Amino acid sequence: MSFLEKHKKLERNLSLLFVGSLVAVLIGGIVEIAPLFYVKNTIEKVEGMRPYTPLELAGRNIYIREGCYLCHSQMIRPFRDEVERYGHYSLAAESMYDHPFQWGSKRTGPDLARVGGRYSDEWHVQHLINPQSVVPESIMPPYSFLAATPLTTDNFGAHLKANRTVGVPYSDEMIENAVADMQAQANPDADTDGLEERYAKISIRDFDGNPTQLTEMDALVAYLQMLGTLVDLKAYQQEENLR
Amino acid sequence: MRNGTEAVVVGIAAFLTFLAAGFAQDDLFRAHAWILFAILAIATVVLFRRVEFAPAGQSVAARDTSGYMDDVIRYGTIATLFWGITGFLVGVIIAAQLAWPQFNIEPWLNFGRLRPVHTSAVIFAFGGNALICTSFYVVQRTCRARLFGGNLAWFVFWGYQLFIVMAATGYLLGSTQSKEYAEPEWYVDLWLTVVWVAYLVVFMGTIVRRKEPHIYVANWFFLSFIITVAMLHLVNNAAVPVSFLGSKSYSAFAGVQDALTQWWYGHNAVGFFLTAGFLGMMYYFVPKQANRPVFSYRLSIIHFWALIFLYIWAGPHHLHYTALPDWAQTLGMVFSIMLWMPSWGGMINGLMTLQGAWDKLRTDPILRMFVISLAFYGMSTFEGPMMSIKSVNSLSHYTDWTIGHVHSGALGWNGMITFGALYYLVPKLWNRERLYSLRLVNWHLWLATIGIVIYAAVLWVAGITQGLMWREYDDQGFLVNSFIETVSAIHPEYVMRTIGGLLYLCGALIMAYNVWRTIRGDVRNEVPMGGGQLAPAPVAAE
Amino acid sequence: MDYSTFRQIADSWGLLYLFVLFIAVIIFTFRPGSKKVAEDVSMIPLKEDDKDV
Repeated sequence: MSFLEKHKKLERNLSLLFVGSLVAVLIGGIVEIAPLFYVKNTIEKVEGMRPYTPLELAGRNIYIREGCYLCHSQMIRPFRDEVERYGHYSLAAESMYDHPFQWGSKRTGPDLARVGGRYSDEWHVQHLINPQSVVPESIMPPYSFLAATPLTTDNFGAHLKANRTVGVPYSDEMIENAVADMQAQANPDADTDGLEERYAKISIRDFDGNPTQLTEMDALVAYLQMLGTLVDLKAYQQEENLR
Repeated sequence: MRNGTEAVVVGIAAFLTFLAAGFAQDDLFRAHAWILFAILAIATVVLFRRVEFAPAGQSVAARDTSGYMDDVIRYGTIATLFWGITGFLVGVIIAAQLAWPQFNIEPWLNFGRLRPVHTSAVIFAFGGNALICTSFYVVQRTCRARLFGGNLAWFVFWGYQLFIVMAATGYLLGSTQSKEYAEPEWYVDLWLTVVWVAYLVVFMGTIVRRKEPHIYVANWFFLSFIITVAMLHLVNNAAVPVSFLGSKSYSAFAGVQDALTQWWYGHNAVGFFLTAGFLGMMYYFVPKQANRPVFSYRLSIIHFWALIFLYIWAGPHHLHYTALPDWAQTLGMVFSIMLWMPSWGGMINGLMTLQGAWDKLRTDPILRMFVISLAFYGMSTFEGPMMSIKSVNSLSHYTDWTIGHVHSGALGWNGMITFGALYYLVPKLWNRERLYSLRLVNWHLWLATIGIVIYAAVLWVAGITQGLMWREYDDQGFLVNSFIETVSAIHPEYVMRTIGGLLYLCGALIMAYNVWRTIRGDVRNEVPMGGGQLAPAPVAAE
Repeated sequence: MDYSTFRQIADSWGLLYLFVLFIAVIIFTFRPGSKKVAEDVSMIPLKEDDKDV
């Protein structure tokens, strides 16, 4: 065998190893992930899902920024104790607009998939400022700075636009009015007709108990208070029972 | 002129970062850009001070580029140790935060922001540096070739450190995309992609240059780790940034698809970063330290293909009983259980390498470290498949059992094998006869082992306690415990786990001392391990 | 394509294919002729490591 031939063979072995390993690690992912995008029934049809309002989306971004998902799941499993403790088990459709998902992996604190409407705004604000003042044994960190931090609203339409690029059905109107909608949702005195038309089942009020300023606390509480409240689960269950 | 181009390039990068800070779309990006600017500005100054000129008409004396390129590996071992101690320290701090919430200092040092600092520091900074420097060492020795690409290896090293610093400072500032173990935002991800491609080029280029006709199996594992991590990183981090100079991006996937993509990534960060790569280390350093070839080379080939093929399927076991379709969950469970076999194939291959040399364990604490490491690998790769069974998972998921499991693998397998490899490397790289002290290695070994056992055991108890309390019913069919009662119930375990982590950290500090003295050239006058006679008085190594 | 089509492929040809592949890999790796090569390769790390670049 001439030197050139020999060298060629060696190189080919490396390429073979490269291609072989790549193929071996591609198969599993393709078989498992790809079907989720086009097999029917992966996401059930439900009534009531809508994109987040700008204020809720801002709140969700704060939830992500502070790493809340590290201790709180948003995924109720279909077990008797979980359904009794947290409510109806979570449906795939309920996170269809979640970029990224927030299912979590650990419950150092309770599940939050259906925490919306369970506590008052005042409770949430107090709890976030000083968790131990409401739940003495709690090991949650304090988030009092949220109440003092004004919410950044500039150019929030760009956030909605980025979401639309990845598939969330935000309309042009929603994108145009993003900043105004954000301020209006936390201001009961504002003209909110358009806002209510754009987003069904929306809560409009001053969330943080400080009507003079739009804070990060407003956004986070608005997000927490809408979690799990969109889907009409009674209609879903009736449909289930028809089978 | 030497270092001239590098200094100019880094200087331009610093200026561009300065502009980025000025035109930033949000405060977070601005703060992050300022940090990057400070780093690059310092790097520019350092590089300019190191520019070497030659007298007119001559060229700068060429550096010796014959032998192996070991400078970058020396830096790598020190970086590994530094980031390891940092990661363990942050781990102890966040463990203390869970036991005593007063340790939270809002907003930058809250648990939610520190936890990714801990996970990234131990996995990517400690583990990643260990992998990069050992793979550079192993690929040169087993190919009998100098690293390919000249200064590209230095780019990989410093580029990777920059990635780590940008990721960690980002977390503290609140820049995260919330995907566990893939938290850095889009611009940091892009940088890592560049560094990783350079790493692949250096590694594969060295193999192409090899003088050995065959590619040793350790390099197979390193190569598959580099390729797969690249694939996982690119897919899982697919996202649309809100603006060009803004910190926020939105994941390309939503809900259930996003969840499976993330855990396909997440589990294979374990499977390829923390398993395949470290098995590459195992297949070199265990035979070296035992001075025997691996037990069965052909078993290692089966082990390799089975492991990389099966691992990639295991991700869905992180999503049992969620809204992920049942078929995907079952598939994830079945493949996770099958993974038990190649995992134990690797463990047996490593342990049996000591066949006929078991007596060395009496005198060689480094070899002990490798054996303990393989034992923990075996334990956690048994526990893992068991926890992936859906009925077991229904209890263990969302609890601290998972955290305990991960740490028995990470502290036991990854930590111990890295310590062993570093103890092997340091005297070789700095041309010392031996380590400063083998007895200190033994102290490190036992502190770490006791720390891991405490940690894993108490979190196992905590996990099962919490899991059972969540589903406890009374005679009338009501839930017995409120959630907060299940938190208070595991406070003692949280205290104990902090202590376990502290012991592990102390072991690493002892290692740092030992390595420092070794590099200085000191040799401790001590009774040899397992011996009984006093060693002859050593001559000062200076 | 729906779930049951995938399931049918997986339960029949998919299963057979992976099983045959597995057996083939084992037979190929442990074929008698490979013993010598494997032993040679396994000695690579034990050669002198600071020379012969």
